[in-house]
Amino acid sequence: MADAAARQPAAGPQSQPTGPVAAGHSADPAADEEPGELLGEKMVLNMGPSHPSTHGVLRIVLELDGEIITKATPDVGYLHRGDEKIAENMTYTQFIPYTDRLDYLAPLANNVAYALAVEKLLGIDRRLTPRCQTIRVICCELARISAHLLGLGAFAMDVGAMTVFLLAFTQREKIYDLCESLTGARFTTSYTRIGGLSRDLPPGWIDQCRAFCREVPSAIGEIDQLLTRNRIWVDRTRDVGVISREDAIDYGLTGPNLRASGVPYDVRKAHPYLIYHQLDFDVPLGSAGDCYDRYLVRMEEMRQSVRILKQCLDHLPDGPVNIPDGKTVLPPKHNVLTRMEELIHQFMLVTEGVNAPPGQIYFGAENPKGELGFYIHSRGGGTPYRLKIRAPSFVNLSILPRLLPGHTISDTVALLGSIDFVMGECDR
Amino acid sequence: MTPLELARKMESRFGGLFIGPAEFRGEVTLELRDPEQIAAVCAVAKGELGCDLLLDISSVDNYGDDPRWTVVYELYGLSHACHLRLMTRVSEASSELPTVTAVWRTADWHEREIYDMMGIRFRGHPDLRRILMWEGYPHFPLRKDFPLAGKPSETPGVAFTRAAPMEGGPFVTVPGAPDAIGREPRVRQPD
Repeated sequence: MADAAARQPAAGPQSQPTGPVAAGHSADPAADEEPGELLGEKMVLNMGPSHPSTHGVLRIVLELDGEIITKATPDVGYLHRGDEKIAENMTYTQFIPYTDRLDYLAPLANNVAYALAVEKLLGIDRRLTPRCQTIRVICCELARISAHLLGLGAFAMDVGAMTVFLLAFTQREKIYDLCESLTGARFTTSYTRIGGLSRDLPPGWIDQCRAFCREVPSAIGEIDQLLTRNRIWVDRTRDVGVISREDAIDYGLTGPNLRASGVPYDVRKAHPYLIYHQLDFDVPLGSAGDCYDRYLVRMEEMRQSVRILKQCLDHLPDGPVNIPDGKTVLPPKHNVLTRMEELIHQFMLVTEGVNAPPGQIYFGAENPKGELGFYIHSRGGGTPYRLKIRAPSFVNLSILPRLLPGHTISDTVALLGSIDFVMGECDR
Repeated sequence: MTPLELARKMESRFGGLFIGPAEFRGEVTLELRDPEQIAAVCAVAKGELGCDLLLDISSVDNYGDDPRWTVVYELYGLSHACHLRLMTRVSEASSELPTVTAVWRTADWHEREIYDMMGIRFRGHPDLRRILMWEGYPHFPLRKDFPLAGKPSETPGVAFTRAAPMEGGPFVTVPGAPDAIGREPRVRQPD
């Protein structure tokens, strides 16, 4: 500390010692300064909400010491639309389009998770037809591939690998084509209904899906070739944003972020829903918990999703897609128009909604971003008294104030891309 | 271990503190009689019973009942794969609960959201401020007495705070009625 006496502390806020973890203020900052350290005020920089690399409307207030972040405060809520308040005023079926817009990169998965939660409340989840369950698994896995492609594409583009983005989006266009022929919309699918699906698979859809399953592994392989052993990619992502196992569990992370830190928790394996217990697939697990591991986990999850898709398409059972219960599912139209009982069921379901029993349930599904949970508190009737959406992106983002300090701004971009959040889900 | 066994272990640890366990759709709920004990109960849940993952904290507004607030904690244990739900009721007069951020750090943002949306304060929280709405917003939107259409607020520096105007056409439904008959446009009284 020979030159400590020669340095003049700045008139502004004391600068903190730099290092992997930002230390708190000490009683005598001059004694802590090491030779070669930057002096002067820290800069407060605002990143977002309108920023090309923040993946939506996320605002982070960064306190910087040169290029190193010393404090990061995320500011969320720019996309808050009051979904939970709206849910209290709608029937369960009317809320389905709102679930599309939660994680808008994987709308089919949100639809399925919500439908399963309401069916759990009604106690009819065991009565779903086999065909409905298999189609829902197909929808979930297509949504998983779609969300991971975009997540990795955006992550790579932000770090600088622009080609990967376009490769990913070429494949996503095929998923969008599948969604469009299945539901009528590329994006805002609103496909599931309470007790079943809105419509069955159109003719030729299974072949179209099989063709997609044949084509997408080569695209994943191309992305793999471009990134996995790429020196620049590894340097930008390895040992960046390390989340320890304890931190991951303590901060409530779920999904690929948790598994990249070495915690083998996947709702599809731990508490299988639909037909996941009958399917043969692996769940990739990371070890280091850095950005590189999160990238690898997502890549492998896509390959496993293709594996699941092939099994489902090969063993798709025939039969109806809806539970034949007029009090839950809208009866077929030709019956509604000719028979009194079905007419009354249709009328009651549309005006008042499905009659749920009073009680409370929580159902969490393994969505691409993590565990999407619905807590429904019902006091009977067709509308929920309280619907709380446990958004994985909201919880995943809470680790940012812990994770960002000590990294540079360029690391921030890689980190945000690797955590893969969606603001629609975070803010609801 | 089944969820019911986990709940019974919790019950035996704390004597008569709980109402329950109540079982519904395969889930077990324990209700705490004394909301002030929630931090101690959660510490035991994590430390001794292995509930290391706090999935969610929700709040419910029982408008018209006393105590008005219900706060619901969804716990999960990775080692024993059991869910447990703890709920506690808080009166409107106090509107305060001890924080559980010391037990699970994920409670930080969940409790901020409950404060933002319902107005329940958490004693001991490291940084209790609004998270979804902006600083200085005067209302608590998820309360039942807050209308769906929103209320205007006089907050400087914000672009606009009035609710979006309805188009006013004759075929626009009115939100907030319990069934479709109430939402029917023909029910609307002319302004």
